[in-house]
Amino acid sequence: MPQVKPMEGNQAVAEAMRQINPDVVAAYPITPSTEIVQTFAQFVADGEVDTNFVTVESEHSAMSACTAAAAAGGRVMNATSSAGLALMWEILYITASLRMPVILTVVNRALSGNINIHCDHSDTMGARDAGWIQLYAEDVQEAYDNLIQAVGIGAREDVRLPVMSCLDGFLVSHSYELLQVEDDEAVQEFIGPYQARYPLLDIENPITMGPLDLWDFYFEHKRDQWEAYGPAKQAIVEVGEAFGEKFGRHYGLMENYQLDDAEFVVMAMSSMAGTAKDAVETLRAEGVKAGLLKLRAFRPFPAEEIAEALQGAAAVAICDRAASFGAEVGPLYAEVTSALYNAGVHIPCSNYIYGLGGRMVTPEDIVGIYRDLEQVAAEGQPPQPLQFLGVRS
Amino acid sequence: MSVYKPDAKWHEMVSGGYIPQAGNAQEYIVSGWRSQRPVRDDEACIDCLFCWVYCPDNAVPVKDESVIGQGFDLDHCKGCGICAAVCPKDCIEMVPESECDE
Repeated sequence: MPQVKPMEGNQAVAEAMRQINPDVVAAYPITPSTEIVQTFAQFVADGEVDTNFVTVESEHSAMSACTAAAAAGGRVMNATSSAGLALMWEILYITASLRMPVILTVVNRALSGNINIHCDHSDTMGARDAGWIQLYAEDVQEAYDNLIQAVGIGAREDVRLPVMSCLDGFLVSHSYELLQVEDDEAVQEFIGPYQARYPLLDIENPITMGPLDLWDFYFEHKRDQWEAYGPAKQAIVEVGEAFGEKFGRHYGLMENYQLDDAEFVVMAMSSMAGTAKDAVETLRAEGVKAGLLKLRAFRPFPAEEIAEALQGAAAVAICDRAASFGAEVGPLYAEVTSALYNAGVHIPCSNYIYGLGGRMVTPEDIVGIYRDLEQVAAEGQPPQPLQFLGVRS
Repeated sequence: MSVYKPDAKWHEMVSGGYIPQAGNAQEYIVSGWRSQRPVRDDEACIDCLFCWVYCPDNAVPVKDESVIGQGFDLDHCKGCGICAAVCPKDCIEMVPESECDE
């Protein structure tokens, strides 16, 4: 029987990894994701999984070992944060280019400098062009559910891409919530067996991976890779539906919260969406038509779906937990407004950069954003396109 | 799985850029990389086979345990000059391509 247990985000991720029982985990610990591999290493030591756990000397080596193990034909998982993800950078592109469905949990944490261990999305936002699928979890349950779904999404025959399953550092990774833990057998049944397409260990059919690839072929290979992201979007939807049928919790590319008749919409990802739901309820009680669009899949980016979801709004606030230095706006804002423009949807939008380095965001802060949106809708454009929410000024 | 073709379109390729044909580097002609080519003086050559041993591209043909009279595999020689450098009789000369007939 499924059990409800109090668990931290990191423990929930380790529990999902135990149930998935990957062939290989090669990891190097870093705050705030350390507890994931620490807990999982205990599962390995206790013989609760069949995993070959490789202790490596850096994150660069960790992702190299993971990519190689996936090339050999294994189901492979890993976890990291912040500077650890940054040190994997070179290999992240290779994992995706070689079409290896490695699953990486990223506990989102600010990048240095100055050194900071708390949550923002600068680590995974920086990796957004590497070719990985990216899912973002609002809470502990979603972190657990997303990881189980990531297995099927990444390994689908027409996808074959690595997946980052992201949760907010400390806010979710170290928060205790009640988690519905599904049965081990049910999880195994859901993910099914894994068969790599061209495993290097198939010595009867030798192939070469990762050769020199110059002006005459590289471009065609990149063009071919481009084709994987449409099916990846379908896979996120279909696996989310199948997960809902089996376990009762439904997932898609995004979550529409009080959005159908909403005039004023906040768009956010991860734990910010949970806080925003409180603000929406406060405002709905006052009769304000507030709504929330929570983005779950940032890669592939569901441009058409977002434009469709937002087209009825009077004004939209797009919240970025990362700065794209030198750009005029945050990364989520840039992609959402591009999606709206391409769909011919013209709505006044404003951009809030918030929560950098773990700066707290309260429901009152978000109510303030909705108040701003009433003014933006009335005037047809924001007084300033970009604001820094909660910074001392 | 598709077969290597120099003019293959993007949708005719193996995803991930894998090469399913073992040893197909032989089909990849690199003669255009070469700015100079080795020319052996077969009269002075003592058939020590150093050039064959050291060539990084397997571009020194040997027949009946001898390189004499075999020339070089100019489809795969990149003109690195290692054969000329290791030859104990200095009988391999690197000739600029601009001075060669073809």
